[in-house]
Amino acid sequence: MIRIQDLKRISDFEWEIPQSLRGDMRGPVRIFGTRKLLEQILGDKSLEQAVNASTLPGLVGAVVVMPDMHQGYGFPIGGVAATRFPHGVVSPGAIGYDINCGVRLLASSIEMEAALPHLDRLATLLNQYCPSGVGVKGVVHVNVPELDRLMRAGSRWALKNGYARENDLTRTEENGCMEGADPAEVSARAKTRGLDQIGSVGAGNHFVEVDLVESILDPETAAVFGLQQGCLAVQIHCGSRGLGHQVCTDYVQDFQSAVKRYGIELPDRELVCAPMDSPEGQAYLGAMRAAANYAFVNRQLIAFSARRAFEETFAGKLKNWQLIQVYDICHNMGKIETHAVDGKQVKVCIHRKGATRAFGPGTPGLPPEFQQTGQPVLIPGSMGTASWVLAGTETSMLRSWGSSCHGAGRTMSRSQAKHDFRGDVLRRELEGRGIKIRAGSMSGLAEEAPEAYKDVDSVVETVVAAGIVRKVARLRPLVVVKG
Amino acid sequence: MPFEELSHTADWSLRIWAADLTQLFAESARGMNALTGTKLAESPRVQRTFSASAEDAESLLVSFLSELVFFAEQETLAFDRIELKIDAREGQSCTLSATLSGANILSLNKSIKAVTFHNMQIHQTERGYEVDIVFDV
Repeated sequence: MIRIQDLKRISDFEWEIPQSLRGDMRGPVRIFGTRKLLEQILGDKSLEQAVNASTLPGLVGAVVVMPDMHQGYGFPIGGVAATRFPHGVVSPGAIGYDINCGVRLLASSIEMEAALPHLDRLATLLNQYCPSGVGVKGVVHVNVPELDRLMRAGSRWALKNGYARENDLTRTEENGCMEGADPAEVSARAKTRGLDQIGSVGAGNHFVEVDLVESILDPETAAVFGLQQGCLAVQIHCGSRGLGHQVCTDYVQDFQSAVKRYGIELPDRELVCAPMDSPEGQAYLGAMRAAANYAFVNRQLIAFSARRAFEETFAGKLKNWQLIQVYDICHNMGKIETHAVDGKQVKVCIHRKGATRAFGPGTPGLPPEFQQTGQPVLIPGSMGTASWVLAGTETSMLRSWGSSCHGAGRTMSRSQAKHDFRGDVLRRELEGRGIKIRAGSMSGLAEEAPEAYKDVDSVVETVVAAGIVRKVARLRPLVVVKG
Repeated sequence: MPFEELSHTADWSLRIWAADLTQLFAESARGMNALTGTKLAESPRVQRTFSASAEDAESLLVSFLSELVFFAEQETLAFDRIELKIDAREGQSCTLSATLSGANILSLNKSIKAVTFHNMQIHQTERGYEVDIVFDV
């Protein structure tokens, strides 16, 4: 059990668990959080999990955890770890089952006042065109050879097939395609699960949301991102569906024996890993990238469906109803990146699990328009609460492996939330505040009660005060569609 | 019920116990159905069989439950009668053959993404075999 006295205070917003805490640690753990958030974090096992993550072979520097962190399985949610390329390990469990779960933000010039009379219809059409919920199929069905092409090309597949615009791709992390994807390393079972789920939201905390851009904190950056105060925006939160879950399941199972072959000892079997340059590591990287590309296409198809709903709602009623992509970011991902370590540029594999890439100004790989501003960092709040658009900073490159938080972060178990809240009551409360809800499951709604999460504003204030991001805009929900 | 839900911040966790390994696996499946709130259609009844092998009992349990996750998602099937043969000897690879009888899923409250290995250890206690399982949901 880790206690607050085990932590070294670096600043009001940054703390460290020294490597000396446990003999098997290969680096320290750096925590971004206020004392109050830390006290919440100490209520579960997330810091133990962060310490466990620091035992990964080939670890470089510190394991970093964000203020929205909470207990996961193996690796904490809100964690970032870097391992040396190419001999260090890659760990499927440190990336997660929902490979390339992420958030896409679309902006519009639709003013809220003009949209209000049409929001009910918009909510219904979004619910109809963006399939969500348990066991629900997607909007596109493909055969296995086509699925392989989709997994190789990512968003380029969507562009070729008429589901994307050119600037959707330039405004997607990695341009919507992880190079090195290898569908041959994706099992037949994973492909079976993926065939008919493309373009579906799924269940749990995944959603499609229409927001109001309530306030702009940095007008110049907001203009670059395409956000206008008082106008509508759309957030899409989902990942690689059953295909990604199966890829992770397959490789966590396979790596149980790989760790023995490579003489790797770990405190938790869910952290199993293999050297990146081993056949096992290469196979996982190829499969993980293929699943990541599937997720890019998935969010692209949901964006396509959202545009269809917007067109049917607003065309002929408003002049400009188009949805323009702000950015699409991943928060469960493994990527080979170059970072400054002890004054040298070092190639590492960054494992982000429930953490968002937050590259600062001038970082290679960002589209030209974000070179001055840093990349958009999208932080959805819990259901019914605010969301934030932030921008990456130079400090994030130095302190947090170019990463930031990914949401509010749960504090309450799902069973406790279901015990304490009722979905129908919650729905009435949210609708009383003017938020249109389309939800397939009332118990699912109860699990996502805002009180089950940390206060997203406090989480954002912490990462901003730590300097790893800066505020650009705050969004308020108008329509929530979820399974 | 020889299983109970354990508190977990984001996902779901179950503690299961049973007199022997075979019952432990079967109760794990029942516990998973209870967690997801799975309700079966009365008919038609369906049967499925499968076999698996793994390097230890924990890996075998994850394989078994993952198979059930796959049946639920892909065939909308769940099972209320489970017959298992398990051969698990210390230091040797373990094998399982399963005959499953069930029906179409009429409704369920929640789907399971994956069965994890997190802190999983099958061990013996006063009440027999026991294991904690964390499910990603």
